Amino acid sequence: MADTRTTGIPAKVTQGAKSKGGIGESTLRPDGTLKVTGEFAYSSDMWHEDMLWGQILRSTVAHAEIVSIDTSEALATAGVHAVLTHEDLPAAKNYGMEYQDTPVLAYGKVRHHGEPVALVAADHPETARRAAAKIRIEYRELPLITDEASALAPDAILVHEDRGDHHAGHVTHPNIVHRQPIIRGNAAEAAKRADVIVTGEYTFGMQDQAFLGPESGLAVPAEDGGIDLYVATQWLHSDLKQIAPCLGLPEEKVRMTMAGVGGAFGGREDISMQILASVLALRTGKPVKMVYNRYESFFGHVHRHPAKLHYEHGATKDGKLTHMKCKIVLDGGAYMSSTPSVVGNAASLSVGPYVVDDVEIEAIGLYTNNPPCGAMRGFGAVQACFAYEAQMDKLAAKLGMDPVEFRQKNAMEQGTIMPTGQPVDSPAPVAELLRRVKARPMPPERQWESSEGADVRALPGGLSNTTHGEGVVRGVGYAVGIKNVGFSEGFDDYSTAKIRLEVINGEAVATVHTAAAEVGQGGVTIHAQIARTELGVQQVTIHPADTQVGSAGSTSAGRQTYMTGGAIKNSCSLVREKVLEIGRRKFGSYHPAWASAELLLEGGKVVTDGGEALASLVDVLEDEAVEIEEEWRHRPTQPFDLVTGQGNGHVQYAFAAHRAVVEVDTELGLVKVIELACAQDVGKAINPLSVIGQIQGGTTQGLGVAVMEEIIVDPKTAKVKNPSFTDYLIPTLLDTPTIPVDYLELADPNAPYGVRGIGEAPTLSSTPAVLAAIRNATGLELNKTPVRPEHLTGT
Amino acid sequence: MRVNFTVNGRPQEADDVWEGESLLYVLRERMGLPGSKNACEQGECGSCTVRLDGVPVCACLVAAGQAEGRDVVTVEGLADYAKQRAEHGGCGTGACGTPGGTSLQDAQQWQAKPLDSQTGEGGELSPIQQAFIDAGAVQCGFCTPGLLVAADEMLERNPSPSDADIREALSGNLCRCTGYEKIMDAVRLAAARQSETAPSQGA
Ligand code: FES
Ligand code: FES
Repeated sequence: MADTRTTGIPAKVTQGAKSKGGIGESTLRPDGTLKVTGEFAYSSDMWHEDMLWGQILRSTVAHAEIVSIDTSEALATAGVHAVLTHEDLPAAKNYGMEYQDTPVLAYGKVRHHGEPVALVAADHPETARRAAAKIRIEYRELPLITDEASALAPDAILVHEDRGDHHAGHVTHPNIVHRQPIIRGNAAEAAKRADVIVTGEYTFGMQDQAFLGPESGLAVPAEDGGIDLYVATQWLHSDLKQIAPCLGLPEEKVRMTMAGVGGAFGGREDISMQILASVLALRTGKPVKMVYNRYESFFGHVHRHPAKLHYEHGATKDGKLTHMKCKIVLDGGAYMSSTPSVVGNAASLSVGPYVVDDVEIEAIGLYTNNPPCGAMRGFGAVQACFAYEAQMDKLAAKLGMDPVEFRQKNAMEQGTIMPTGQPVDSPAPVAELLRRVKARPMPPERQWESSEGADVRALPGGLSNTTHGEGVVRGVGYAVGIKNVGFSEGFDDYSTAKIRLEVINGEAVATVHTAAAEVGQGGVTIHAQIARTELGVQQVTIHPADTQVGSAGSTSAGRQTYMTGGAIKNSCSLVREKVLEIGRRKFGSYHPAWASAELLLEGGKVVTDGGEALASLVDVLEDEAVEIEEEWRHRPTQPFDLVTGQGNGHVQYAFAAHRAVVEVDTELGLVKVIELACAQDVGKAINPLSVIGQIQGGTTQGLGVAVMEEIIVDPKTAKVKNPSFTDYLIPTLLDTPTIPVDYLELADPNAPYGVRGIGEAPTLSSTPAVLAAIRNATGLELNKTPVRPEHLTGT
Repeated sequence: MRVNFTVNGRPQEADDVWEGESLLYVLRERMGLPGSKNACEQGECGSCTVRLDGVPVCACLVAAGQAEGRDVVTVEGLADYAKQRAEHGGCGTGACGTPGGTSLQDAQQWQAKPLDSQTGEGGELSPIQQAFIDAGAVQCGFCTPGLLVAADEMLERNPSPSDADIREALSGNLCRCTGYEKIMDAVRLAAARQSETAPSQGA
């Protein structure tokens, strides 16, 4: 296998040779070696001489007034250096990404199970845990808000009494975080043209990101009274903006460096331990390390919004959609997090990748006493896709049409107008993606049969040896989805890249410095590829991500290749201009081609567009370094109108389709997914190996929701019942089928290199495809995720 | 209490170990070997997989005291471990194919080269480590150390595993990022490369 990173530059180039390891190649991860040798320093691996361990005490009830907190016994424990409550907080008591409604430590009330109430720092993690257990808190329990009915009842207790956020003014009830209607055409009138109408009620369970690396980090108090923070996050600068006011420090005294991130998937977009560890460090004057265990991690970050979705669709006899009406209720839990944006996404993408001119859409997000929900891969579009794809199958069945043909007949394409009035102005190959997954050969039947009898590992139930093929039925299902890329609704979304080009040891070397969070997706790999392509160098150094450079925005919304990739491309071209300026100054008189505007940097040389080399970068630069830091923005978007939902709210759309093949043991209700094929338009595959990895990973998270993943919250107590990997199951290697990936590269003319955000779309269609396949095998309606054995056996 | 055991071929000693501390905690927090990861502390994820006298175990479930006098191999020592195994021909001295993996004797005879197991710098990678990089099996990498130790041990027992064998052997190691397909590719790649380079008399 070619590792292009080590290839040297040819000694003499007369024709400009493209630098190896540029865009479009499957270069290998620069952090790969560190990660396979165990040397890569994750946030939980941080260590400092003399450090203390921080521990949080979390609420045992979901909604209560705090009557009293007694920390005396905990404080008296040997080895304990500090025990803190909200009274000890140095400055602002609340934080939050969109609105600061989340207490650093609960005061007055707790609003959900597992809310942080007190903090301990001790010299051993077990000492800290034991001391935290000695803190006595007296609660007076309050009535619980757990669903739409209890939230919107006329006498409902308010989760937040004095709302000051900018959504408070337009919602119809204070327990509604945000409401987004979208009205286009006339759904009631269009319904009259329908030959068939189908309705459905769908329930989407609460999913956890379940990244493997737990929330963790190290806060080190500095001599200037500030703090150095090493944490795993998706967005350093958003953290910084929330942390500094809570510490009472100016932002420049909170210096953040990205520590190794063990997966994210949206769950690290909000703050977790950042402020708490810093508060302890400032208070004790010692470095403080904090690491959540898995139990705590289930309480330590927001989850995917559980949702109830009501849909009505109509179609004519010849299979054309007439109208769509839907109401989507998302449970945002106790604090706002990113619920308003999730609501905007659910509403604006609720129609799916289909042409429907007459729609009536309403999406709301609730405040409840359930665990707070926020960002997770797919962000509001996942729940909608599960519902509208089930509707498509119902319609096709009612019309006696093939479900793929029915979808293709209604598929959007470039030029389609979204329900928001926004035209889809780049390729939208929805019908083609469906065609591709359908055209794949089917995996062979009865793969469990072997000469030595049934291989139970290939059957539902696996090594539990529950069947040798009896009662096993195959089913096939299809789904396709649409996801927006980047931050929407008028948000000023930008990234920053600082690029430096200089000669080191006789070779031109580029340094790429951004604050972009590498969470596993391979951003660091493509950053180097882009620099090689743009600057024609071989050696690229990736500077650690920190707050010493401008914001990169979040590693989420499928936006980083587009945004930080775009920022690097842009800064590199500014560097190139500078280099050419220097070159013209030094050598311009030797060759007329220097006057040309079409000069490139390739293979360590300045070359003409005809490929003639004019000078080496080494000779041009000598001991001069060129450095540029510049912000880069995507085209602006608009907010959605609060009454009609109209507005060019999104930057770009991404599409993926899946075909699921399942085998179901209909007697026991056990499902084995045999194959989960995906086709996706990626615009441009900057790194094909990483593209496929993203699609397979996203697909698997969708599979998890389909058949096993759900945080179960007891409706009577609003307490989480399964905060462990014993009770919250994620797919293992035995649950995950082969995932063949077929990607298209239809460039988006608005995006750098034509790229299209890829990480999220596969998480959308995977779930409904698996559900459709199980329905196909069993004939059951199945309107809820995840499908459990009892839903299939009726027991 | 004090515990003594061998890690990656070198005798190690830890003092003031509290009796509730796991082998994982002692490796990570007392011996400066944070390569083995803690993702659940409940034996559910496999991120902490190490070899204890040759047998893969979840280090989070092993009390540090239980490791007394025994041999531990972690991801930090994997490259050397694999090298020594290769130099012994095939898989050491006939442990290959025995159900328990490396025999106790082999495990005890095995020694890491100086420096390398601590820093990994400049050291060669084991075939399974290289295959994980080449196949794109590493994303966030948090599952990687445990998977590498488990996969290396499986290939030692079963040099040409079927897909079903790989799935079964690695089903105790969760990965949230990759969807496992590239991990399958990596193990297949390592097995294929191993069979190309295996000495003809090898197992
Ligand atoms: S940390 Fe040991 S199995 Fe998860
Ligand atoms: S690579 Fe992230 S958990 Fe496996």
